[in-house]
Amino acid sequence: MTRHFREIIIRNLFACFAFFSVLILGLIVIFLFREGMPIFQQISVFKFIFGSAWYPTYDPPEYGIWPLIVGSLVVTFFACLIAVPLGVLSAIYISEIAPGAIKEYLKSIIELLAGLPSVVLGFFGMVIVAPWLQETFDLPTGLNIINASVMLAIMAIPTISSISEDAIYAVPREFKEASYALGATKYETIIKVIIPAALSGISTAVILGMARAIGETMVVLMVAGGAAAIPQSIFDSVRPMPASIAAEMGEAPFGSGHYHALFATGIVLFFVTLAFNLIADYFSNKFKEVGSGTL
Amino acid sequence: MKVENQKSYIKWRYFKQTIFFGVVRLSALIITAALIGILTYIFFHGFRAISWDFLTLPPTDSMTAGGIMPAIVGTLYLTIGAISVALPLGVVSAIYLTEYAKQGRWIRIIRIGVNCLAGVPSVVFGLFGLGFFVVFLKFGSSILAGSLTLGILILPTVIGASEEALKSVPQTFREASLALGVSKWSTIARIVLPSALPGILTGSILGVGRAAGETAPIMFTAAAFFTASLPKSIFDEVMALPYHIYVLATAGTHIEQTRSLQYGTVLVLVGLVLGIDLIAILIRSSMRRKKRW
Repeated sequence: MTRHFREIIIRNLFACFAFFSVLILGLIVIFLFREGMPIFQQISVFKFIFGSAWYPTYDPPEYGIWPLIVGSLVVTFFACLIAVPLGVLSAIYISEIAPGAIKEYLKSIIELLAGLPSVVLGFFGMVIVAPWLQETFDLPTGLNIINASVMLAIMAIPTISSISEDAIYAVPREFKEASYALGATKYETIIKVIIPAALSGISTAVILGMARAIGETMVVLMVAGGAAAIPQSIFDSVRPMPASIAAEMGEAPFGSGHYHALFATGIVLFFVTLAFNLIADYFSNKFKEVGSGTL
Repeated sequence: MKVENQKSYIKWRYFKQTIFFGVVRLSALIITAALIGILTYIFFHGFRAISWDFLTLPPTDSMTAGGIMPAIVGTLYLTIGAISVALPLGVVSAIYLTEYAKQGRWIRIIRIGVNCLAGVPSVVFGLFGLGFFVVFLKFGSSILAGSLTLGILILPTVIGASEEALKSVPQTFREASLALGVSKWSTIARIVLPSALPGILTGSILGVGRAAGETAPIMFTAAAFFTASLPKSIFDEVMALPYHIYVLATAGTHIEQTRSLQYGTVLVLVGLVLGIDLIAILIRSSMRRKKRW
């Protein structure tokens, strides 16, 4: 009886620990709102999100984060333009084409790339890529959208590649065998059988890669240039949301409108990435059901 | 004629394949070149700055000379703090999820929670740490607040790795133990956990690497531009390598002058983080080879 009792206690104790992650997620929401909501007494939600002027230190201050949102979306979009093909193609190479030894090396390389601290990539972008861009294209500054996108792409590639690779592995062997038996080449099998079968997993990978890019802070803080304006070309500077939060939080007086506005920006950023993650979760659950039995 | 056509069609199909394989190989090559390019560049610019003094002395002359010892120490403290938060919590969560939980709504909620936590941007963790640990719990900007923030940041990594390791322990191990009349908890503690331990450790080491390199979460919760002395308690601010790089590269008035210090610090950080990751990768691949089941 006592042993049974002990088992029950352990099980429930562990359940509490496991619930901790959900609790933290809840606390994150509560505290973002607690510190961010006061700004909406000064300005409406609509004006905050779609206001086109971000001058938090002026008198009177203006808290419109539309340029920051556009900045985030633009760098994420261009980063994906680079990272999605590279990530997915490298995943195909690793899982279907590469011989054994190269496969292991490449997987390690992608893992190391994932481990590269973002501040190091930011530094690299600032010191190497920016001067090169500035000279080559004769620009006023090399800290701009294109530079930030390339650096963000490097951060997003490992996410996209490793999750796509898992999805491709999960495609049942019978699919491939059936395709080869019909006389299809390897290329035709990959394009017409494997990729369609792994598509929802690959979509998950792309969405998570985008979430990674949109939330990445140090790279955009150091490399995007920091101009809080709607960009006109890919050589313009932008100030994505995370960069704005990280750069200004140190200077914003505690409890001021600026402080609350930065937390409110955090709320927007949090919900954007949350939406991405929930969509990815939905896709990955759908993709679990794909198997030889269901098709 | 028909045979001719067919032949050229097959040739065309294989030609497409050759092109495609070329593109795929090229993309793998670009990724490899990017990593190796970045690493070699950092290495060749950084290693000249590194000396015994650089690693063991504090910065001098308002951070334009001297070493980075306080930043190394600070990063070590924060990393140790983070893993002591994340490891127990993460392993217990993973045990619950793999060993105890039955499929159901609660598990679904916990899983979504862990996935979403993994996707929260690092700067939002920083904001949360500031709002909760620094302001609400009044820890101030300190090692404690920074470690807790980094700890919850790497929690999903540790949970994921531990779950993976626990799942790879064969079901027959558990069944054999339970069949001998051993209780569930003892089975987990004496049979499942020891078998899963190497996997759990590898995953946690990767988490440590991540914690050591993160900047945004500690900017408002722990990191200081400069501290005159080493921290004396967990309520002190610390310098940290990633933040030190950021400060030297962007905020100083002598950005060009301190370039070699910056390269040196970057090299130390990259060496530390990738060294940690490499150890984990090597342990894992040797484990895979030795695996008995």
